[in-house]
Parts: sequence; structure tokens; C-alpha cells
Amino acid sequence: MIEIKDIHKSFGSNKVLQGISGKFEAGVTNLIIGGSGSGKTTLLKCMIGLHHPEQGSVEYDGREFTSMNFEEKIEIRKEIGMLFQGSALFDSMTVEENIMFPLNMFTDQDRKEKLDRVNFCLERVNLEGKNKLYPAELSGGMKKRVGIARAIAMNPKYLFVDEPNSGLDPKTSIVIDELIKELTEEYNTTTIVVTHDMNSVMGIGDYILFLHEGKKFWEGSNKEIAHTEIQELNDFVFASRFMKAAKGKF
Amino acid sequence: MNFTNFGRYLLLLKAVFRKPEKFKIYLKAIFKQMDFVGVGSLGLIAIISTFIGAVMTLQIAFQLVSDFIPKTIIGSVNRDSSILELSPTITAIVLAGKIGSAISSEIGTMRVSEQIDALEIMGINSPGYLILPKIIAGITMVPLLVIMSMFLSITGGYIGGTLSGAVTPAEYIQGITTDFNPYTIVVALVKAFVFGFIITSVPAYEGFYVKGGALEVAQASTRAVVVSCITILACDYIVTQLLL
Repeated sequence: MIEIKDIHKSFGSNKVLQGISGKFEAGVTNLIIGGSGSGKTTLLKCMIGLHHPEQGSVEYDGREFTSMNFEEKIEIRKEIGMLFQGSALFDSMTVEENIMFPLNMFTDQDRKEKLDRVNFCLERVNLEGKNKLYPAELSGGMKKRVGIARAIAMNPKYLFVDEPNSGLDPKTSIVIDELIKELTEEYNTTTIVVTHDMNSVMGIGDYILFLHEGKKFWEGSNKEIAHTEIQELNDFVFASRFMKAAKGKF
Repeated sequence: MNFTNFGRYLLLLKAVFRKPEKFKIYLKAIFKQMDFVGVGSLGLIAIISTFIGAVMTLQIAFQLVSDFIPKTIIGSVNRDSSILELSPTITAIVLAGKIGSAISSEIGTMRVSEQIDALEIMGINSPGYLILPKIIAGITMVPLLVIMSMFLSITGGYIGGTLSGAVTPAEYIQGITTDFNPYTIVVALVKAFVFGFIITSVPAYEGFYVKGGALEVAQASTRAVVVSCITILACDYIVTQLLL
């Protein structure tokens, strides 16, 4: 479980996050949603230590992260897997080497054990046999799936996913969403997905935290989101014609 | 570099020299970088050094037109100029362009495509993993390239001088073997070591802190070469002043 309390973050005079709090449970898919510039990615980066919040705390199962020193943060990070918006695969490495990289760095397994783990992760994301391909040879959806395979290689307790559906067609987006949900439930990970994709929100949003202009406006589940009276949230959720037309059916 | 940049550069170096997570992985990366910096630059440095030695001999011969000056001096001047200044500095400046821009754009691209963030999230000390092997390759391979450059520059002087008739083979060989001071080699190698450090660490710094996209990566690459060249020349003066 990850708990954030009163997170504040500014860039110069621009207050990006203003007192965000929330609790993200293990085994459920937690979503942080909001429009562009609402502070979603900044909040995610504060949670994983790529940004340092001016105020507030981030607790990983009771372990306060923001005040830890470099070595202590490294220990927490070994328990984290992350899928980046652009996948962030290492260009100079093959798919196999990308997934094996954290295993090489942090385990003493022999090559066969590591290879077995790589193949298991690739099977898990339906990319068996793609070991020797380079990232440049993969489609957008395949890159995301390799990114997920790399993220789960070390059996993470915490899984962060930044905009998993950006640049993907609707069908592939659903495949990625379902994969994230399956992995979360199967391994009981604390999964946090940053998205503004309404299909993801309605499909896998067990817990949703809605940000607007750097503030938390709403939290709840995908079953509750269609029935709120909050104007900012309704404007966001029912922005598209399709969602407006479907409003009464939720 | 202004003071803020210099401070950030020192902080980055502090992070670079943290204890490696797994020495075996770093060792593999060091050999890969040595191949890139050293073996990958052999041809270029060989061509440049040979021609510079040849041209130096012709120019010295052109300027020393006097019956009072023995022609053996052409070999001596070429030898000392090559060892003390031309081989270390020209090699370093050429490598700053070739290696420096590659390092800066490689690390800069990794930064803008979130690959460095990915390393950090895995719990890896990204400055150490990305920059330390490059610095070690620089401080080991640049001195070796400079030694080769010295040899080829003096050999190039011999070829250029004898082919043009500016100096006879005997006069040239007598010139390069008379009053040789081995300390000049030490000075050149100290310079090469310092330049090797600059050529790798300055571009790595420029690439590591890139923000933006392709345009900013290109700008960082240009800045890396310019700052490296200026720093090399400034350090050249300082080392020469200190050691001679």
C-alpha cells in the first residue's frame, strides 16, 4: 500500500501540486486522472523520487520515502517496476537484454535462471520468441508490452504506469489495460496508473483520484465516477460526444 | 561554464564515483567504451598525426633558412613540438569533436527518452553506470592514442622532410636523437590524462542535464564540443605552466 499525504510541488512560481493526499491499496488498479497540465505526471514523479516535493510525505507500506537517503531510496526502488509513457527501453539492447538488465544488476542468478525469467515475462505479455529484436524493430504496442515485461522482471511490489495507452489504437489499449489489471491481481501489486484515457478509467479503475489544476477534486471507483455532481469531473469524463451520448447508460 | 554549471558538474562527478552496483557489468561497459574511444579513433588520429608531422617539418625548414643553423634542428624542433604540444592537444581537440559529441548526444537522447529515469527507478546509480566507464576509457585510451600520435607525427616529419628534400634522413634522425629529454613524455602523458578526463566528463555532463527534445540534444552536443575544446586549451596552459 502506498499513502501520500499533503504533497506540494512548485516549479518557480507555478504551483503544480497543492496538498494532494490519497491511499493506493495493493491488488487493485489505482488510477490518477486529470487533464493535461493537471499535475498527474508530476505527482507520479514525486512518488517515485524523480521530483522532490516541497511538502508532504510518501509512504511505501509505512516506510516514509521522501526523507530517505540515497541508499535507502535505492532499496525501495528495487521493489518498484515502472512502465514509462514512451516505454524507455534501452535502444542499444535487445528485448532479452532489456528485460534481463535488472536481473543482471541485482541478482546472482546464473544465465539459465535469468533466461527462464525473461522468457516467462515475455510469455506473460504475449511476446514469446521476440528475444533478439531491438526496440527499433517493435511496434508501439509491443514496446509497451516489453516495458511491462521489464517492469515485472524483478517481481515488484509496486507498479507505476505512466500513460499506458498514449499512441496506441483502441484494441491494443484494451490489451495493455487488461494485462495491467491481471498482473496487479495475480501478484497483489500496488499499481498506480496515470492516464487520461476514459476507456481505461471505465475499464480498470478500481480506485480513481481526479486532479484538476494541481488539486485533488474527487476520489472513488469507476462505478461512482459517472454519477458525481462535480462540474470539473463531469467536464473531464464526458468531454467526448460518445461519452455524452452514453452518459445515461452508466 | 558559469559557477552554477561548475557546481553541478562537480556534484555529477561525485555521483559518478559512487561504488558500482555490480563491478562485472561496469567492467564490460568499460571495455566497450575503450573500444569506442581507443580502437574507434586509431585511423583518424593516425592520419592527422602523420600529416601534421610532415607539414611541421616543411614549415620549420622554410623558417630556418640560415647557414648558421644546422639542419638537424628541424628534427629536434619537430620532435619536441610533437611530443609536448601537437600530439596531446590536437589529438584531444579532434577527440573532443568525435567522442565528445557522441557521448553528449547518446546520454542526452537517453535523458529525453526517459531511459535515464528508467535506470534510476530500477535503483541504479545512473551517473555511475553511464559516465564512469566513459571516463575510465578516456583516461586510459587517450594517453595511448597520444603515444601513437607522437610516434606517427615524428615519422610523418621524416617522410615529409626527406621526400621534399628539406632535410636528409641522416640529419633528421640525428636531430630527433640529440638532446632528447624523456621528461617531455611525462608532461605529454599528464596532459593526455587530463584531456581524456575532460573529453569524456564535460560532454557527459552536457548530455546528462538536457531538457527538451531533439533540438536541445543537438545544442547540448555542440556546447559539449565547444566547452571541451576551451577547457582543454585552458588546462593545456595550466599543466604546461606547472610542469615545465
